[in-house]
Order: sequence, then structure tokens, then C-alpha cells
Amino acid sequence: MESEGALNNQRELTSICFKAFMLKNSTKSNLNLYDHFARVLTKVMDERPENVVDVIEDMSREVKRGLLMDKQSTLRDIPLAPAAQLLAEQQRLLFSRGGGDDGDQEVETPLPNVSEVGFFLEQAGVGLGREEMLRVFLALKQLVDSQPLARCRLWGKILGTEGNYLVAEGEYRDGEEEEGINEETAEDAEGEPRDDDEEAEVVEVIDTLPRSTFKPPPVVPKEDNRTGVNKFTYFVCREPGLPWMRLPTVTPTQITAARNIRKFFTGRLDTPIVSYPPFPGNEANYLRAQIARISAGTQVSPLGFYQFGEEEGEEEEEGGRDSFEENPDFEGIPVPEMAESLSTWVHHVQHILQQGRCVWVNLAEKPEDDFEEEADEEGKEEADEPEPEVGPPLLTPLSEDAEITTTPPWSSKMSSTLISQFAIAVLRSNLWPGAYAYASGKKFENIYFGWGLKFAGEVYTPTVPSMPQREYTSGPEITEALDSSLEEEQALKAALEEQKAAQDETAGLGGDEEEEDDD
Amino acid sequence: MDSNTLYYSLDLVSGSGLTLSSEQKAALQTSLVILKRNNKFNRILFWGKILGIKGDYFIAQGVSEDEMTDKKSLYSFNCVDWHLLPPATEAMLAEVSAAAKGRFVGDPSHEYEHTEIRRQGEGDEAVEEEIMIKVKEEKRLASTVHTIDKEVSVVPRGAFIKSPHGLVQTNRSFEGLSSLEAGKLSCFLHFTEPQKLKKKSILEMADLNPSIDFLDPLSEDIPKGSWSLQFERGSTVCVIRSMLWLGLTFFHVPMTPQHGYIYMGDGLKNLDLPFML
Repeated sequence: MESEGALNNQRELTSICFKAFMLKNSTKSNLNLYDHFARVLTKVMDERPENVVDVIEDMSREVKRGLLMDKQSTLRDIPLAPAAQLLAEQQRLLFSRGGGDDGDQEVETPLPNVSEVGFFLEQAGVGLGREEMLRVFLALKQLVDSQPLARCRLWGKILGTEGNYLVAEGEYRDGEEEEGINEETAEDAEGEPRDDDEEAEVVEVIDTLPRSTFKPPPVVPKEDNRTGVNKFTYFVCREPGLPWMRLPTVTPTQITAARNIRKFFTGRLDTPIVSYPPFPGNEANYLRAQIARISAGTQVSPLGFYQFGEEEGEEEEEGGRDSFEENPDFEGIPVPEMAESLSTWVHHVQHILQQGRCVWVNLAEKPEDDFEEEADEEGKEEADEPEPEVGPPLLTPLSEDAEITTTPPWSSKMSSTLISQFAIAVLRSNLWPGAYAYASGKKFENIYFGWGLKFAGEVYTPTVPSMPQREYTSGPEITEALDSSLEEEQALKAALEEQKAAQDETAGLGGDEEEEDDD
Repeated sequence: MDSNTLYYSLDLVSGSGLTLSSEQKAALQTSLVILKRNNKFNRILFWGKILGIKGDYFIAQGVSEDEMTDKKSLYSFNCVDWHLLPPATEAMLAEVSAAAKGRFVGDPSHEYEHTEIRRQGEGDEAVEEEIMIKVKEEKRLASTVHTIDKEVSVVPRGAFIKSPHGLVQTNRSFEGLSSLEAGKLSCFLHFTEPQKLKKKSILEMADLNPSIDFLDPLSEDIPKGSWSLQFERGSTVCVIRSMLWLGLTFFHVPMTPQHGYIYMGDGLKNLDLPFML
């Protein structure tokens, strides 16, 4: 009995010792094994996961991590990422109704029916997801409330490496337009000779520096607002809820430059575009140029939706017609026909010519102040008269579009084969991947979701830099001459003295004097 | 992306503009379940969509034991009838890269032709032979899917673990990356056989955990800038897009185990990438 009691006592003692050992706090983390095991086993009892023995180490680590995080949170709040918070605040504004909304129901609103467009786009397999589309449309409403626009439309979304652009197309009401933006022009090569002149004056060199005979080709003038390429104004924002920024108008040089480069957008409007050939402007200008090209190439409508106005009786030779109006008698073309043949769709944005404008301008006409040059070139003018560039006229059907190598420019299909009575016709551009158009009865819409790049069909080869200029023309002024050596000079001196002596002797004879040139 | 989470994950990747119509989503949810049972897959994923000129291919992948190597791809036109794609071999990849150019046509039996003139023999005895290489679009599809997976498939760090037997499996205790970690490209890994891992010095390997870090991180890709990491939807989703294969989108919701990638594009590699950055 005693030995048993003693044994029990010993066991109790050992177990108490061991428990004390387990309760000893670790010097590093101030935890002890006893409490930790108790917590882990409580967790297992509560959660009862499958195959506990396999995941027990992970659970143990979780419990430890959980303790540490709790301690931190009592000291300070873990801040929500500030960017996320700002965005959330701004997006909250989208959902608040602006003042003066009560009277709006009678006035014609410039916004299209937003949910309908989103619904049709979803049928076509294109879109941003329902909630995001709704946010986008609320942002459009905000734009319309802040700017005096007659019409407004969601143009699409252009993706970038660090941020994306949501683009809206708008048309100002008559007389409301403001010229708010200072458009930066590129520095021309004409700056150089001017600098040289200044330097020459300062240094007071007798020889003037050679003047460069380079005349940059005349700059194609930009099209006026509301015509041609600049018919609409575009606004961009990074995320719905952030303020809309207006893009500047586009110049023909920017369009021709944009045709030669291939760059991703970064998402910041002031990024410089580093490329060869150099692009005149920053990312805002490049974005506007690409938007103009995409619109000209891919904005389409069903045949008959738009028609030309009845005022012009005859076709004008220059430019063609550039205005159209909605056809009130448009009946709608059945969807299967629209999905099958491309001739039921027409372009309703003017094609951009090689020059970079929609309406060709003759650059060979010199201004009237340079009389001298006119006299020289009178003979040449007729020979050099450039041919007017002609593009396909407005409202041409898509069947006339050119193929890119072997790829047809458009792919069309019905949105659904199972329920074809209510399907819509969807058109997808292969030239500008990301451009879509749909039509269903009398409703249609165009949209662009993509990177803003054209499909070239072949790999991009950058423009080769131009050949370096030849050396300055050699002439007698700048050809080098050898310096004469000492012997030659002495020989010349001796010869001259001889001649002088001979002269003095034969002063009256007036013989020929030969001068020897040193070469 | 996993077919179980398809119906809400699709909204998260729609920032690129392409999504599925409601009819296609409904059809997918039904047919993927049937597909999984018929082929006895562990998991079935909706891989994405390749746009062709006349028709689009929908691709699904079924995964068995090992997540990385045991994958089978299937394609369909209407999301209901699926056909198995042949596994991509080296020979097939070489053939396709020589012969197939331009966009996908949309017809799996379409043949791409490419004639090569090869010389056999040496010197004067050289005989020119015209060898015609013909590749069917089905093979081109299989090799494109394989190449895209090899080059640009993305997973967050910690989502998959390598067991001591070498099997790659999902990590059930993965709770997601924190918002801070999700902003760094080094926390995302390529989901394919690592190429640069073995060349790392011991110093670099000291910080890595061999069961999690058995893949190459995205931050070491050349050229830098071939990945675009953004937070979308009010900064709740981290979206990574590849610039090399335009159309590949990866999403991850921080602090949750939700992640996945999808490819919706025309199936062409962007070889102009160095000029465009």
C-alpha cells in the first residue's frame, strides 16, 4: 500500500513538474507550451477538420500567428490601403442624386439607355460585368451633369500597363464649347538655324556659320472643331468616380506619327512617348490619335439607319458629304441577314486620308507673301500638283473594306443559336481587335474594349533612322592647303629677292612678273 | 479558373472587356459537371476562349492527381459538346511554329500549309527537295494552349505545395495574400516547370520555403514590364495581365483563397513586345 501510494505520489510529482515545465514562458515570445496546446486542441474540437493529423502543424502555426496579430491591433488600427479608401469615397458620390433631378424627367437627356446597352453587350459576350457597367454609366451621368453636352456616349475602354482609360464621346451643344486646353506643339527643326544665328552674333565671327538649307515639309493644318476628325470631343477617366479629363483635339501630324509607332498606353496622361519616329506630343495626344483612328475604322451602323440630308442636290467634288441625319423611316433589318452579309452595315464616320485629315487640303498652294519663291516655282507648280487624296465616301458598306493579308476585316455571328428568334447580330473587327458592334431591330451600338492597337498581320518593323547627311559641299573656301615647309619658304624668299633685284635692274623694261603660287 | 467558382469569378476578370454571354455561362455550368464525371477528373477548369475568324473555341482543362503535369485539354464550339485535344509533343510544337501563321480560322480541320526547300547532300550533289508541312488547326490549338500554360500561367505564392513525393497539390491552408503582398509581382509564380530556380545562389534560396517556392516568380521575367498588375473594382481585386500573350488575365482577391486565370484572345503571341514598352 505504501509503495503504491509512494509510486502514485512520485507520478503525481513528475506530472506536476512536467506541467510546471510546460507552463514556463518562453523567453522569446512570452507564450508557454501548455496554453498553446490548450488553444490548438480547443480549435480542433471546435472545427473538427478532415484528416486532422495531416494539417495539425499548419493549425498550430495559425494559432500562433493569430495571437500576434491580436496584440498588434490593440495598439493601432490597421489602415485600409489609402488608395482604396479614396476611390471608395469618390465612388460613393456616384450614388448620390444631384440637385435638381426632379425636373429632369421631361427634358431630353443626352445619355443613352444605359442598362439596355449593357444587356445587349452581355449577350454579345462583351462587357465589364454588370456592376462595373453600372458604375461606368453613373460616371457618364456625372459627366453629363457637369459639362454642357448635347449628346454623350460610352466609347469604350482602353487598357494600359499601369492603369486603364474609360473613354466617353461627347458633342457640345451649339455655342457652348470652350477652348480650355493649351495644346503643346512639337519643336520644329526650324529652331536650330535660329540658335546658330544667335551664337554667331555673340561670338562675332567674321565667317557666318553655314545656313542649313533644310526646309521642313509644310505642316498640314488641323481640322476645325466639329468637323472631320475633331467632330466629337472625348473625355477619359481612370476609374468610374474619378474626375473626367478632356482630351485635346488631334492634328494630322499626330495621326501620321501614330500610324508608324506601336506602343502600349501606361494609364497616365502626361507620360512622354519615346519612339522613333518621334511622336509630337505626350500620351494624351497619342490616345486621342488612336481613338480617332479606331473610330474612323470601326464605327458602323445598319444600312439605312442614317441617310444624307436632302439639302445638297449635287455631289460636291471636294470632300464629299460629311453630314448625315437619322432616317425616321428606318424599319430595321432582320437579324440573320445582318449577321450573314457585310453589306447590311455601313461606316458612319469619315475615313482618315493618308494626309491625316478627313478633308484633303492642297499643300502646294504657297501663301501670298513669298513672292520670290513663287516666281521660281511657277513653272514647277503645275507639274508638282499633288493629286487629291480620296477616301471611301461616308456610308459605304463594309463589304468594300480591304482585307489584311488573308484575314477578312470583320467577323460576324449571331449571339445565340439556341434562341435565334431573339438573338442579336454581333460584328467583331479583325483590323482593330477589341472593336465590337451589335444590332437588334432598330437598336445598335458600337463599343471598343482593347489595348488600342491595330492588327497588322505581320510583325512590326520599326522605321529605320534616316541616313546621315553628307558632308558639307567642298569648295575652295574650305579645302585644306598644306603649310609650306621652311626650305620652300626660304627658296621663295630668295626667288622674290632675285626678282626684285632683277626688277630694279630692268626697271624700265617692265617685264612680266611671274608669281608663283604655292600649292 | 475553377468551374465551381465560374459564375462569380468571371465578373472579376471582365475588366479586359471580354466575358461570356449568359447562355454560354449556363451551358458551361452544366456541361463541365458532366465532363468531370465522365472523364474522372479531380478538378475541371474553364481555361478560356480563343477567337477565330469564323468561330470561337472554348477550352476546358481537366486535372487529375498532379496539378501541373496531369492536365488534359478539351475544346468546344457551343459549350456543350467537348472534344479532347491531342497532348502537345515537341515534334508538334516544331511543326506548328513552322507552318501556322495568322489568326485562327475557327475550323479544326483546316490545314495550314508551308513549303520548305531543303537541300540534301553536299556541294554539287545537292538535291533540292520541296517538303510540304501540313498542320491541322486542332494541333495548332493544342500547342497554343500548351505554350500559353507554359509561359504565362500564374498562381499566387503559397496556393500550391509540392509534397515530398513530388506531387503538386492545392494547399488547403492557403488563406490568400495580404493586400501588401498582392501588390508585388514577386509573390506570384509561374505555374510550370521552373527554369531559373536552379540557377539561384544559396543566399537567395535561404529565404525560400522549398514546399512553396518551387516555381519561378513573375518579377524575374524579361523584359521587365511584360506584366501589368492593377487593382480593380475599387481595389478589391488584384488583376494581372500579360503583355506577351494579350488576353491572359489572372485575378486574386486578397485575404481570400480565390484566384484563377483565364485566356480570352486570338491566340497569337505578341512578338512586338520589346518595341511597345
